[in-house]
Amino acid sequence: MKTIEINTDSNGIMLVTIDLKDRSMNVVSPEFIAEFDQVIDQLVSDEGIRGAVVTSGKSSFVAGADLLQIVDEIDPTADPKDAFARWSVLQQLYRKLETCGKPVVAAINGTALGGGLELCLACHHRVAANNPKAKIGQPEVQVGLLPGAGGTQRLPRMIGLEAALPLLVQGTHLSPEKAAKLGIVEQLVEPGREVEVAKQWILDGGEAEQPWDKKGFKVPGGAGLMHPKAIQTQMFGVALLQKTTNHNYPAPIAIMSAVYEGSVLPIDKALKIESQYFAEILTSVEARNMVRTLFVNKGAADKLARRPQGVDKSKVTKLGVLGAGMMGAGIAFVSARAGMHVVLLDRSKDDAEKGKDYSRKLLQKRIDRGRMSADAAADMLELIQTTDDYAKLDGCEYIIEAVFEDRDIKADVTAKAEAVIPENAIFGSNTSTMPITGLAESSKRPESFIGIHFFSPVDKMPLVEVIVGEKTSDEAIARTLDYIQQLRKTPIVVNDSRGFYTSRVFGTCTREGMSMLAEGVNPALIENVAKHSGLPVGPLAVLDEVSLDLAYKIGKQARDDMGDAYVATPADSVTEKMVNELDRRGKRFGAGFYDYPADGEKRLWPGLSEHFPVAAEQPTPEEVKTRLFYVQAIDTARCLEEGVLTHPADGDIGSVFGWGFPPYTGGTLSFIETVGLEAFVAEADRLAKQYGPRFEVPEGLRAMAENGETFYGMATQGDTRSAA
Amino acid sequence: MTDAYIFDHVRSPRGKGRPNGALHEVTPVDLAAQVLTSLRERNDLDTSKVDDVVFGCVSPVGEQGANMGRSAVLNADYDQSVPGTQLNRFCASGLEAVNCAAAQVMAGQSDLTIGGGIECMSRVPMGSDSGAMIGDPAFAYKMYFAPQGIGADLIASLEGFSRDDVDAYAVESQSRAANAWDNGYFANSVVPIHDQLGNVLLDRDEHMRPGTTAEDLGGLNPAFVQMGQQGGFDAVALQKYPQVEAINHVHTGGNSSGIVDGSVAVLIGTKEIGEAMGLKPRARIKGFSSIGTDPTIMLTGPAPSAEKVLKRCGMAVKDIDLFELNEAFASVVMLFMRRLGIDHDKINVNGGAIAMGHPLGATGAIILGTVLDELERRDEETALINLCIGGGMGTATIIERV
Repeated sequence: MKTIEINTDSNGIMLVTIDLKDRSMNVVSPEFIAEFDQVIDQLVSDEGIRGAVVTSGKSSFVAGADLLQIVDEIDPTADPKDAFARWSVLQQLYRKLETCGKPVVAAINGTALGGGLELCLACHHRVAANNPKAKIGQPEVQVGLLPGAGGTQRLPRMIGLEAALPLLVQGTHLSPEKAAKLGIVEQLVEPGREVEVAKQWILDGGEAEQPWDKKGFKVPGGAGLMHPKAIQTQMFGVALLQKTTNHNYPAPIAIMSAVYEGSVLPIDKALKIESQYFAEILTSVEARNMVRTLFVNKGAADKLARRPQGVDKSKVTKLGVLGAGMMGAGIAFVSARAGMHVVLLDRSKDDAEKGKDYSRKLLQKRIDRGRMSADAAADMLELIQTTDDYAKLDGCEYIIEAVFEDRDIKADVTAKAEAVIPENAIFGSNTSTMPITGLAESSKRPESFIGIHFFSPVDKMPLVEVIVGEKTSDEAIARTLDYIQQLRKTPIVVNDSRGFYTSRVFGTCTREGMSMLAEGVNPALIENVAKHSGLPVGPLAVLDEVSLDLAYKIGKQARDDMGDAYVATPADSVTEKMVNELDRRGKRFGAGFYDYPADGEKRLWPGLSEHFPVAAEQPTPEEVKTRLFYVQAIDTARCLEEGVLTHPADGDIGSVFGWGFPPYTGGTLSFIETVGLEAFVAEADRLAKQYGPRFEVPEGLRAMAENGETFYGMATQGDTRSAA
Repeated sequence: MTDAYIFDHVRSPRGKGRPNGALHEVTPVDLAAQVLTSLRERNDLDTSKVDDVVFGCVSPVGEQGANMGRSAVLNADYDQSVPGTQLNRFCASGLEAVNCAAAQVMAGQSDLTIGGGIECMSRVPMGSDSGAMIGDPAFAYKMYFAPQGIGADLIASLEGFSRDDVDAYAVESQSRAANAWDNGYFANSVVPIHDQLGNVLLDRDEHMRPGTTAEDLGGLNPAFVQMGQQGGFDAVALQKYPQVEAINHVHTGGNSSGIVDGSVAVLIGTKEIGEAMGLKPRARIKGFSSIGTDPTIMLTGPAPSAEKVLKRCGMAVKDIDLFELNEAFASVVMLFMRRLGIDHDKINVNGGAIAMGHPLGATGAIILGTVLDELERRDEETALINLCIGGGMGTATIIERV
């Protein structure tokens, strides 16, 4: 067999070792399903076999379903009835296992997730190696799916609804120790002893019947609305679920419903309920979008799908960071965390130390929470050397410039750094808006000059946008990607343009919010619809955060630089008025679109209605959402057409991980695909007519719509997938 | 169509819905029986002539389960030929019971019926019957369910009613209720409730706080903040009403209806049976309507249900002398007055549930009797009775003195 090895010992206990030959981790693949089915048949038919222990030949147990295989099969146009038939196979296989009549024990040697954990739950007993790094959980919801192989039914039957629901609905991972505490694992043993202990359980007469197959079984803690406490749990559970998902994600509510409805039924009927919900989710466009962007494309990006070939793999051991402000301090922290020596340079040693304080603060928090030892934190701080002396940059393989967004200052530090750093060092600029090609003009080695745009806060934000200037070499790109991989962040690679990709497109969203305000749209409606549509915060709140001052300056700069090419929007007058006339420059200044009372939550400034009168007739919430989403999607399509983006996957990943475009959409380009290109273009034409040229679609998109093409239809053949 | 007339109306006083409430020791089947017994005794009623007893009850489980209508009939020693039934239109159940009892008469299928209701909220707490609307994830999610207090606060937020506004309304309710009791306006309808040995347990609405001032009410904490914020329901409601920046939680225990125990019965029949049995018709039931509205805000049904029944009866707001709208929450009545252009001195003139309490299954029939007494006292003709209802509904009835 290709995926399983069998070894029956002298006691008649069959050791089933899952070991997918061509994979680094075990996944539930069609081959595995077919072979495991044969194993069960053998277990049942061979009278000499008394029971079985299931374990793994890898360091982890089973990591879950093979999402790469699933993504092609998630079909929003398919009939859920067909999906039901196709996708209940694994669940039925596990049911066959637990009713085979012979005791089966899971010897969980490492990480068991998704379909891997569900296999364990279908065993009659679970023994786990006490390995704190192993993860146990049902993370399906995180890619828009639901546990479809019995997880929604067996877990609540083992540990009760109240304990099971958060694990299923949020996809929380547990250590084996925590899993044991919750009752998911019965025995916790020293790593390496799990098979032996599992066998002993069988020898000791372990039962081959699940509790839920016994007469009179009751779900621990009770189930169903007849249970007196259930109504409170359910009522608040559903409300909080709506609060976090805003009705945008079908999987969490499907999971909760499957648990609720199934928990009062006999197990076989309960499994049917699970499969029905699973079939609906597998034919949902949200699942397709989420698996593709969050798993497949992000996975490919993490493996450096855009790395130019022919450049040797590199590693940064010493990094120079110019500027110890918020961004520089964050970059120093994440780089030291990844084990690099960091030279953190600022105008004075004191300023540089202030930047290092940021790391001290974050590390102290970790120590306080028991996540890190004081020694380890001290070692990490040792890696960050503060200075005002450029000579200390000697020997740095990589420099990141993170000084003020001012062309002259940037030119100055570039020259000073280049005077001392090695010839082959790469120089990355963490500018968020200034074109790289222009900045590279002040470099002696423009081929080694590249944009490396981190997001704030650097230690939390997963994305890094790499900007390729006109003269940037393949080597600079490759070594920048290698560095980002060292940080365990996700890179996208874009070509040079004003605002690059992320800042540029995100700006369209905030400007659209202001345009609506200028038109008389109720600001509460703008902000609420943005949040309800899945954006992390409303456009007006974001502007307050980044400061209207900055938005005004960037806008002015763009108008000055672009001249006639600048597409004016009603937003321009809003920043102008807020900054120059009303002196409400944003949160940092104590007043913006919102008031920031010292003793309470921020509230929209009541004076807004005086300066931007609310129109008698208001748009529907749907129209507000359409404007906010379309304006971003259209500009992303333009980026693709202009060559700022070279692959749709970068557009999707950048939008989701860079500025929080809602994950259920799959990203700005997947959003277009979800609407359908033809319908999208027609709607955009309406918007352009009604609101202005910013909604005009690029000709390429119109042509794609006319030809019935899709972004991923085109990209499937490309390297987006092959590297996954 | 046969006309349905109201002959009599009897109710218990409303006891505080707490362990220290005067009626807490009385079982629901006993409380309902005492009310039905009074109705029989004061009308010298030959109960064998009663065709049906329809009772409203909102939490029909436990000791309120298994059909309170028939249980009350048997426990009150009515003739065993009298059937009983029970219905649930949430907060309008009592009024709906009257409407259904009247409908049997109007349809010519019954001659003499009783509509009424019961709720012993101290013994069978609100929500005891749970329900898919609240607890079935798929359904609660689909309808954006939020509890009624959130809806009341959402109405205030949408309409701009401040805490002071709703408190002022509540002060007036208390003062009107106190005035009505002091002047004996309820004397004709309220019968004392006794314990097993015949001692009077309660003869006056117990929940009232006469002399309540705006200052008193201003000190109370809003009741639905935690449910709205930590419980997630504000977010759910705003998903349906994104035009509101945030929900302003203005309702408290002081400006919302009280949780109480109570029961009521209304005797209804044809003109002919009244003449035959010596029952004097007090009013005619002119018409009734129910309507469904948005279930999330839940409490906006009164105005549409009033408009619907007015239209059905060929009447206008100006044709109604007195309005009686259950004071579930102050904002509900304030919204109704605003939508229909009704002066405060035309509505809930003797106070309401904010002062006296809201025994869910009974209230609709209680306020119908209250306004009928008041029409007689003022010698006016018409009244419109209605209630806001769970799940987003309204039920309204128009009566006319004869």
